[in-house]
Amino acid sequence: MKPFAFDYARPTDVAEAAELLVAGGGEARLLAGGQSLGPMLNFRLVRPGLLVSIAQLRELRVAQESPEAVTIGACVTHAEIADGRVPDIGGGVLRRIAEGIAYRAVRNRGTIGGSLCHADPSADWLCTLTALGASVHTHRAGGERAIPLGQFVTAAFRTALEPGEIVRAVSIPRLSARARWGYFKAMRKPGEFAYAMAAVLDDPGRGIKRAVIGAVGGAPVVLEGERAAPEAVEAALAGSGLDEIDRRMQRVALTRALARAA
Amino acid sequence: MVAQESLREHEERSASGVGAKVRRKEDDRYLRGKGEFIGDIRLPRMQELCFLRSPVAHARIRSIAKPAGAEASVFTAADLVGVKPIVANSRLPGFKPSEQPVLASDKVRYVGEPIAVCVAPTRAAAEDLASAIEVEFEELPAVSDMLAARRPDAVLLHEEWGDNVFLETVVDADLDAIRRSAPVTVRRTFRTARQCMSPIEGRGVVALWDRRLEQMLLYTATQIPHIVRTGLSGCLGLDEGRVRVVAPDVGGGFGYKGILLVEEVCAAYLARKLGHPVRWLEDRREQLTANANCREHYYEISAYADRDGRLIAIDAEATVDAGAYSAYPFSACLEAAQVASILPGPYKFDAYRCRTWSAATNKPPILPYRGVARSGVCFVMEAIMDAIAREVRREPHEVRLLNLIPPEAMPFDNITKKHFDSGDYPECLRRAVKAIDLAAVRARQKRGEPDGTRIGVGFSIFCEQAAHGTAVYAGWGIPMVPGFEQAEARLTPDGGLELRVGIQSHGQGLETTLAQVAHSELGIALDRIKVVHGDTAITPYSTGTWGSRCMVMAGGAVASACRELAERIARIGAHLLQVAPDQVKVRDGKVIGPGGSVDIKEIGATWYLRPQDLPDDVAPGGLDVTAGYKPQRDSGTFSYAAHAAVVSVDVELGEVRILDYAVVEDGGVLVNPMIVDGQVYGGAAQGIGTALYEEMTYSEEGQPLASTLADYVLPGATEVPPIRIEHMETPSPYTIFGQKGLGEGGAIGPPAAIANAVNDALGPLGVELTELPITPRRIVAAVAAAKRGQSRT
Repeated sequence: MKPFAFDYARPTDVAEAAELLVAGGGEARLLAGGQSLGPMLNFRLVRPGLLVSIAQLRELRVAQESPEAVTIGACVTHAEIADGRVPDIGGGVLRRIAEGIAYRAVRNRGTIGGSLCHADPSADWLCTLTALGASVHTHRAGGERAIPLGQFVTAAFRTALEPGEIVRAVSIPRLSARARWGYFKAMRKPGEFAYAMAAVLDDPGRGIKRAVIGAVGGAPVVLEGERAAPEAVEAALAGSGLDEIDRRMQRVALTRALARAA
Repeated sequence: MVAQESLREHEERSASGVGAKVRRKEDDRYLRGKGEFIGDIRLPRMQELCFLRSPVAHARIRSIAKPAGAEASVFTAADLVGVKPIVANSRLPGFKPSEQPVLASDKVRYVGEPIAVCVAPTRAAAEDLASAIEVEFEELPAVSDMLAARRPDAVLLHEEWGDNVFLETVVDADLDAIRRSAPVTVRRTFRTARQCMSPIEGRGVVALWDRRLEQMLLYTATQIPHIVRTGLSGCLGLDEGRVRVVAPDVGGGFGYKGILLVEEVCAAYLARKLGHPVRWLEDRREQLTANANCREHYYEISAYADRDGRLIAIDAEATVDAGAYSAYPFSACLEAAQVASILPGPYKFDAYRCRTWSAATNKPPILPYRGVARSGVCFVMEAIMDAIAREVRREPHEVRLLNLIPPEAMPFDNITKKHFDSGDYPECLRRAVKAIDLAAVRARQKRGEPDGTRIGVGFSIFCEQAAHGTAVYAGWGIPMVPGFEQAEARLTPDGGLELRVGIQSHGQGLETTLAQVAHSELGIALDRIKVVHGDTAITPYSTGTWGSRCMVMAGGAVASACRELAERIARIGAHLLQVAPDQVKVRDGKVIGPGGSVDIKEIGATWYLRPQDLPDDVAPGGLDVTAGYKPQRDSGTFSYAAHAAVVSVDVELGEVRILDYAVVEDGGVLVNPMIVDGQVYGGAAQGIGTALYEEMTYSEEGQPLASTLADYVLPGATEVPPIRIEHMETPSPYTIFGQKGLGEGGAIGPPAAIANAVNDALGPLGVELTELPITPRRIVAAVAAAKRGQSRT
């Protein structure tokens, strides 16, 4: 359970990191908090020739706010969010999500951007930030772009990122005063990956009604508007590839998330 | 007999002798991170080993190609010249022997079986070598299920056998008349999962050939250093005197380290051949994927009872998944053979039939895990008692009370000739019913839960036979039969005491409790008593630490050695006091005579440093005593306990929470009740794992489906509730100070108590779960099936 040998680079800014990625071709990978990539390296599931460390880049470790949104640098850790060290989008929602991610040791190093780019279907940020209508901001050769999370993850562990493209930050719209939020996940024990999870946002101030079901084996299932009605959920889950028991548990998770948002 | 009175005189319980809750001597180094484990040992020129393990469950090996240029660093079976396979036969009639190759050459029989070993300066480089070896397999169908293994058309693991059964045992009886006439019959099938024992420290070995001593020095994380030496010298063809096995600090065992490992044999061979030390440290992936090796049982059982729930007969068939080979020394059939003898548990009934099979499958060889066979047997028997209770519409504990062996029958020989030494089982259960406040739980159930969960309460009661000796093991005829246990007690010139024992302490606190025993005998202060263990060169032979035997056997041996030492000390003291030997007592670290006393320190100084002060006929044998010990009967001590659990079940998501847990335990005279509580807590945590979390599933191809602790779920701090423990202390009539073995009970009771509680909660929905672990999926599936009108899963 030790990785193959690899080279290690520690660039000084995102532009240099992107250059290293491009120069490395398929051989180079970004290393942020390493909480998923580390085990994958040790298991020899991946064998990059070069790891490009970005966790130390200051420009990825800042958070900004505007009247509309909070923008969190890709390498801000879950612990920093849980500890309230980034601005709130309203209701302390981000803190509570972050507090529930894995264990403190993982939260201390794991990053919000790293989690989204890893695109694990059971990840907390993927499910919840999709429900919150977040977008990622990226750096790439042709300049910057923003990708709504609903389009960012294309399949389990796959994203819309192009070769050499780096997520700089994630931008999360603020909730209006009347917004209601509900998040529920079922785990074998606290801190483990969820086997059923759902997030619900009902924000009449902004005319948003959205439910997201995660841990489905692929990109999260997004139900806009009134589509969280039982028949619509049934139809959406039918195409998810989950078996009957998993679908049953996902429906329960959604019901409980809806109850929390009520 | 001067010395033998000393213990009785200590019945008021000194601050640090038998019965005292003293803090563990070894904690200072453990809690400060100063223990020395295999992973801490670094030797000059040491190289790391990595094993290439089979990626397939069942195949013939066509060829093995070493990486070009690295041939001298990669070793296969062909390179291990003169190394014999590991053989652990039982002399039970019909047992079919297997030979476990140290490295597989012609055939592999489970995923994870070692095929080659690579040597490199770092583990990573050794893994690189392993990944470059090319093995050509001719794959065979895998036998991944123990029931399929027994079918006549099953593919054979060991072709020469003609089937896949290591051993079949039969306890026969004609039950036809009972079958026809019994007023109540319950029939069930039960299944328990294959588990991975998970000590915090994995296995590990450092091997070194000492050229000066011409001796193999093997540091290994083992529970049984002397047995490893015997087995290793056999495989390597070395005299035992040329092998020294040292178990340094060991981070938990539970049975996982009660085995001679192929890795130990390889490391020892290579250290000698290569002329430099080598080390192998098991990693968590190896532990999970190559060593899920215990607890997988299947039962079909019928119980016959009268209308009150009084047992008339039990008729059972059990299959135990024994894996691919017979592991040394406990063999492939220890667990199944025990199932037949211990299934009746603490119950009294008159007709019993039981057949068992130890099935060979393409899985890792079975090892005995804490509670060996008992956690499964207890789950089955206690679920059956609950099923009978439901059938006769009585509280489960009432049905048990009708059937438990009553105290007035003790000592009692049960239907399988188990000799129950002492105890009051009904009282133990009654106390558990009170401790859990059954009436309050029933009232709460009637009220219902505001959040829609369901509450259930469950009980289990069981006996824990421990420290079985010659009488029991000779019958099984495995390579290791325990006899007299030895201990060496040595008074040092400065009046301290060294105790040397052949067992190994890896969490049991024996460096403390054995010192407490010696303190009770001699009165020497605990901090002047050093317990030395785990090293074949400096301790007397012992079969090691297993079967909850150490406090009975090594404790008895320490007391025996100290008593003889006390006699010699008394003689010297009597001479120094100028009184007759029968006028003195050894007590409180002194020899006390009618008119004065002399400190034991003076005794040591006199014998070792001023022998001119003693006539030649006073204690000529010296102050270093090795004594052997067996209880008056060595058929085993019987500790017992009742466990009671209250759970809440989230019916929609299948989540089980343990709301309350109580244990009433009788482990005989307790040497250190604080350490006993620790044993119960730790065991119960493992039992909770068996009940609700731990399961290694295999694909049809024999692939283990969990490779990390995210897939193989172990209970953690959030899953183990506060556990309330109550003690009864019925002395064993056969042991030196009434002690009994009790290291495993904590792990035995929880699966039964928790499963019964879950079924109590779900019973009104028509749900009864009979498979462990009780996972969310199993509950949700069973509830769904019940809703569809099926009554049982």
